[in-house]
Amino acid sequence: MTIKTVKEAINDALVQSFENDKNVILMGEDIAGGKGREQYQGTQDAWGGPFGVTQGLFTKFGAERVRDTTIAEAGFFGAAVGAAMTGLRPIVELMYVDFAGVCFDQMMNQAAKVRYMFGGKQKVPMVVRTVVGAGFRAGSEHSQTLYSLYTHIPGLKVVAPYDAYDAKGLLLASIQDDDPVIFMEHKRLYMTKCEVPDDLKPIPLGKGRIRKSGTDITIIAIQRMNLFAEEAAKKLAEDSINCEIIDPRTYSPLDEELIFESVKKTGKVIVVDESNPKCSLASEITSLISEKCFSDLKSPVAKITAPHTPVPFSPPMEDYYIPSAEKIINVAKNF
Amino acid sequence: MDKKKLNWIYKKLFTIRFFEERIKKIAKEKTVPGYLHTCIGSEAICVGVMAALNNDDWISSTYRNHGHAIAKDCDLKKITSEIYGRKTGICKGRGGSMHISDFERGMLGSFGIVAAGPPVVLGAALQEKINNGKKMSVSFFGDGAIHNGAFHEAAGLAQLWNIPMLFVCENNGYAEATATDWHLNTKELSDISKAYDMKSYQGNGNDVFEVYKITKEAIIESKNNEIPIFLEFKNYRFSGQYEGDTQLYQPKEEIEEAKNNDPIKLAIENSVNHGLNADELEEIKNIALNEVNEAFKYAETQPWPDPEDALKEVYVSYPKENI
Repeated sequence: MTIKTVKEAINDALVQSFENDKNVILMGEDIAGGKGREQYQGTQDAWGGPFGVTQGLFTKFGAERVRDTTIAEAGFFGAAVGAAMTGLRPIVELMYVDFAGVCFDQMMNQAAKVRYMFGGKQKVPMVVRTVVGAGFRAGSEHSQTLYSLYTHIPGLKVVAPYDAYDAKGLLLASIQDDDPVIFMEHKRLYMTKCEVPDDLKPIPLGKGRIRKSGTDITIIAIQRMNLFAEEAAKKLAEDSINCEIIDPRTYSPLDEELIFESVKKTGKVIVVDESNPKCSLASEITSLISEKCFSDLKSPVAKITAPHTPVPFSPPMEDYYIPSAEKIINVAKNF
Repeated sequence: MDKKKLNWIYKKLFTIRFFEERIKKIAKEKTVPGYLHTCIGSEAICVGVMAALNNDDWISSTYRNHGHAIAKDCDLKKITSEIYGRKTGICKGRGGSMHISDFERGMLGSFGIVAAGPPVVLGAALQEKINNGKKMSVSFFGDGAIHNGAFHEAAGLAQLWNIPMLFVCENNGYAEATATDWHLNTKELSDISKAYDMKSYQGNGNDVFEVYKITKEAIIESKNNEIPIFLEFKNYRFSGQYEGDTQLYQPKEEIEEAKNNDPIKLAIENSVNHGLNADELEEIKNIALNEVNEAFKYAETQPWPDPEDALKEVYVSYPKENI
């Protein structure tokens, strides 16, 4: 039995992918770090990115495959598209998803569209690893989730693991996938642990996971919200309310069947999403349920999301912004 | 230069000119859907650069791509069919005039976004470097693109990483409706490469043989020294930004003067010096015109795509019910 943090599991998946496929390369800001000159050997690899996730890769696989980039996301994201089209499997790091704006063209208009608009001859097997999430006192420009921003774009796949097991299995699958994948890592989950088998196989994209079986209420939890869903389910069990927790894990494609089956069973649904509410995953999942499972519903679908504001800095305000177990419990008890 | 290459150059020059003149005509008749951007005045750059490349070398193009695609030896009938939006088009009708591209001919893409190409070509060149590949990588873009961050980010990384590739700027005097020199901060456009300590060369973009010579030498230098090189070819955009553009922002006398340096006119004047007699030239011209006529005849009769073809090839793999 091996217990791993999410951070270690991601590093393991990267190392394994580098070892298995020589076409895998990594590009990002400070993914090595240091002076980069002969006389200062040893200063590189001190960081491994701001969260230390890629530490060791530069030393192990060298500067040719582990490329510490300038702060030029449009440049190296575009390069990843060209490299992917011509045979490499680049992984690029977007330090915070909040920086999506400076290289969104490369994802939205190039990575996502070249296969389609040029007649299906190209494929773009690239992965964007990026860091999402509030609760780090990081302010409005380093705390967003923006899941739906990428999920909205045809041609992109979107993955967001909750625990270390899913992080490793889904990252292995994302790197092997022939389409561009946005792989979102929640900064508040990096140090959480669970059992991860050393020989874990890739987890297919588009398959959700029932994290807890139940009969009374379906809680559909987006990434870190699984934490609060589990807390809430435990408390609600004391009142004999038996919750089922579904983690979709990948948002494009979305495992609609898994969601619909659960809704048919319980008839009561809470969707919990840390993102802003408008045109969000929460609203998308809610609308799918109302389209496909209307007659199964015993009451309207409840959404618990952040308010329609930027992420605030000050702890009392930020804590208020993020959904909580209490909010889930309140809604569940009022069904 | 051997005769085969010489004939190829002239044939491509004529093909592009005849093709674009025909496009202008059908644009007026409104017999094709969508935006059309013709490249009359750019023929020598398209053909001169491509003459220096191997067939499978990588290029990126822009929305003004017909000349690049023709010079890259893409199938003329399929190019035309694509512009008509037909099922047999080079992109199966999903691209249209702005996105004519054939990956099998080394075209990474023809992008509708200004300066989208340079980073993508940087990536292809990086792949060649990592895999010890032999293919050259060339990004075509207009003078307008040099103000865009994506160009600068790609240029900086290419120089920093010692990536052999060419940044080919077609300086045709206008970025959309605004004159290039109105917006230029440097004396010469190619001075922009100095910020990156990048080698650059300028050439007469109306002279196909000069373009060819400069490009050929630049490829050797770029590969041997493992450096990116910036090439600026000056020419004149006789076409508007798009077909239907009134071109009122281009002074009449400027257009008239530019006609003296028309790349096709110059090529015809130079043909004897390069060893083509009048009869040979006429024959090449006729072959080119015939091929263009055949391509349009083909396209006009091709079937439309099935509406549901719209759902295909968004992904390599994806659940059907999720589309």
